[in-house]
Amino acid sequence: MATTTVTSGPTDFATKLSMYRSQVALRQFETRAYDLFLENLVKGTSHLSLGQEAIAAGFATAMKKDDWTFATYRGHAHTLARGVPMTPVLAELLGRSNGLMAGKGGSMHLTSVEHGVMGSYAIIGAHLPIACGAAWSAQYRGTDQVAVCFFGDGSTNIGSFHEALNLAAIWKLPVIFVCENNLWMEYTRTTEVTSVEHPAADRAVAYGLERIVVDGNDADAVYDVASAALQRARAGEGPSMIEAMTYRHGGHSRADPAKYRPEEEVAEWLAKDPIPRYRSRLLDEGATEEQLSEIEAEVAAQVELATEEAKAGGVPGEDLLMKDVWADGGSSWRN
Amino acid sequence: MAQLTFREAIARGIAQEMRRDESVVFLGEDVGAAGGVFKGTVGLLEEFGGVRVRDTPISEQAILGAAMGAAMTGLRPVAEIMFADFFAVCWDIVANEIAKSRYMTNGQVTFPLVIRSGNGGGLRFGAQHSQSVENWAMMVPGLKVVVPSNAQDVIGLMAASIRDDDPVIFLEAKVLYSTKMDVADGEIVDTLGSAKVLRQGKDATLVALGAMVPKALDAAEELAAAGIDCTVVDVRSLVPLDTTTILREVGATGRLFTVEENPRLCGWGGELASIVSEEIFYDLDGPIVRITTPHIPLPAADALEDLAIPSVERIVTTVTKSMNT
Ligand SMILES: Cc1ncc(C[n+]2csc(CCOP(=O)(O)OP(=O)(O)O)c2C)c(N)n1
Repeated sequence: MATTTVTSGPTDFATKLSMYRSQVALRQFETRAYDLFLENLVKGTSHLSLGQEAIAAGFATAMKKDDWTFATYRGHAHTLARGVPMTPVLAELLGRSNGLMAGKGGSMHLTSVEHGVMGSYAIIGAHLPIACGAAWSAQYRGTDQVAVCFFGDGSTNIGSFHEALNLAAIWKLPVIFVCENNLWMEYTRTTEVTSVEHPAADRAVAYGLERIVVDGNDADAVYDVASAALQRARAGEGPSMIEAMTYRHGGHSRADPAKYRPEEEVAEWLAKDPIPRYRSRLLDEGATEEQLSEIEAEVAAQVELATEEAKAGGVPGEDLLMKDVWADGGSSWRN
Repeated sequence: MAQLTFREAIARGIAQEMRRDESVVFLGEDVGAAGGVFKGTVGLLEEFGGVRVRDTPISEQAILGAAMGAAMTGLRPVAEIMFADFFAVCWDIVANEIAKSRYMTNGQVTFPLVIRSGNGGGLRFGAQHSQSVENWAMMVPGLKVVVPSNAQDVIGLMAASIRDDDPVIFLEAKVLYSTKMDVADGEIVDTLGSAKVLRQGKDATLVALGAMVPKALDAAEELAAAGIDCTVVDVRSLVPLDTTTILREVGATGRLFTVEENPRLCGWGGELASIVSEEIFYDLDGPIVRITTPHIPLPAADALEDLAIPSVERIVTTVTKSMNT
């Protein structure tokens, strides 16, 4: 596996600390979301990124404020990593009126345009061409914005993946495709149904792109490949495909106990948990135990506050039901 | 005033808006250098260049995905799906993504885009290149659906669709591409959601769409000669639907005949029949009658296709029979 091994990460230590804070926040937030699901307060379905936090944190740290994120239904982490506050995200999961979309979207469709989070898409593969469109618009308007599009390994076998890669390549679009390869689709191992070992990186080559596989459980390594790809995109050199190797600690969605995965595999990947790994690296590089504990305690307090605020949110009013089908704010289809 | 074909009107409508607004861009398969397989976009590449008029690969999901992503970040794309039948390979982007994202995000995003497509039969292309898909689009909340019946309307409704801040499915009856009419000079801008009364009668109201409009008009002439005086309404836009005009015109004659090219089940006329019976039932003097393509895939042979799609003759006999019983 051509995994990038020599990593440096952000050059200033404060950024490293904030990248740690981001990972801790994603971890603690989603752990809380899971608890609230067990209490039956989170309805419907939800897909957690526990174990995959380094990818969201590494990319969000490298991106500029007006770059765009396109996420999947597994989008809590990407949304939070771009700076969306915890309370509206949690309230959205709880179906409250103070939710990010006032309860109209739910866990799978988190969107915050003001933070560059241009949507979370729940139909496999759909958002790859949509991210191309945003990148096309940046190119046309001459801004230096980049669209970054996250998806899973299983999503590399749907047609829109291939259509999007080709379009991005021929139009040299400022778009970065990020495959979070957590080895499993829902309940099937992706390599069992895929013709190549690295479903994204091996295919990228066929579209004239570089073959990039990175350790997705190392925030510094992710930050480095992200920075390089962002720079390429801004320089007009076109798209990149990055395959980040990672593992989800839990099941595919909220109710999945993930019994189909071999115990040794789970143990092996738990040992590569990105957060303790990054923590000990920071200690090696000069952070103090107190510094890191303080970050963890601050995040814990944030999660507590967000939980209280989300639970205190009202029920979305009936006035929302018929709103915002159309740009005029209404839903009328006749006169 | 100039004589213009329906296909020339497409290019004129798009060009009018591209001249006015830099954010309007156009993309599709074979649309640039080739001018479109139906020659509906001849001259656009020459006038606006390859940055604004883009030939794409044969990738319908990528075409519409790109249009969507561009629309949500400041452009006003016009995308072409060559044949409306091909919507079936990119319907996710249309029905799940474009149509729903504004609502799901509590109004955070808007999609000022137009998807234009060659629709319907009459060209002997067989079942996969002849479908009338207006009812596919009409049944999805979040899409506007516009179907012009003549060159002048093509320009005005295209302009209105491009200026509209919502996604518009703009369906062009392929069989009308070669039809001609005198079209006014200068800028033409119409209004979405406005039906047009093309003929005023006192006995029955024929409500038609797209390629069925000229047939309804011809049928009305024949019916008039036989003593049945018909109003003909061109629906022009299924969403938004001008129920005010339609209900008024149906109420005035007391009879409604819909003339629809789509296959029978869930055609737009069914919705219209339901609105009319709920709201002006007591103004009706007889049953509502739908004249549609039967619920079959379209056959290729000219003799069979002509039997399937409502003809002037079928409209005349259906109306005559119903008015005389
Ligand atoms: C078109 C489509 N097919 C199937 C599904 C159901 N589905 C949801 S998630 C998923 C697995 C996707 O796996 P992967 O792309 O590896 O992403 P991950 O869930 O691991 O993040 C499937 C099959 C879907 N949402 N859309």
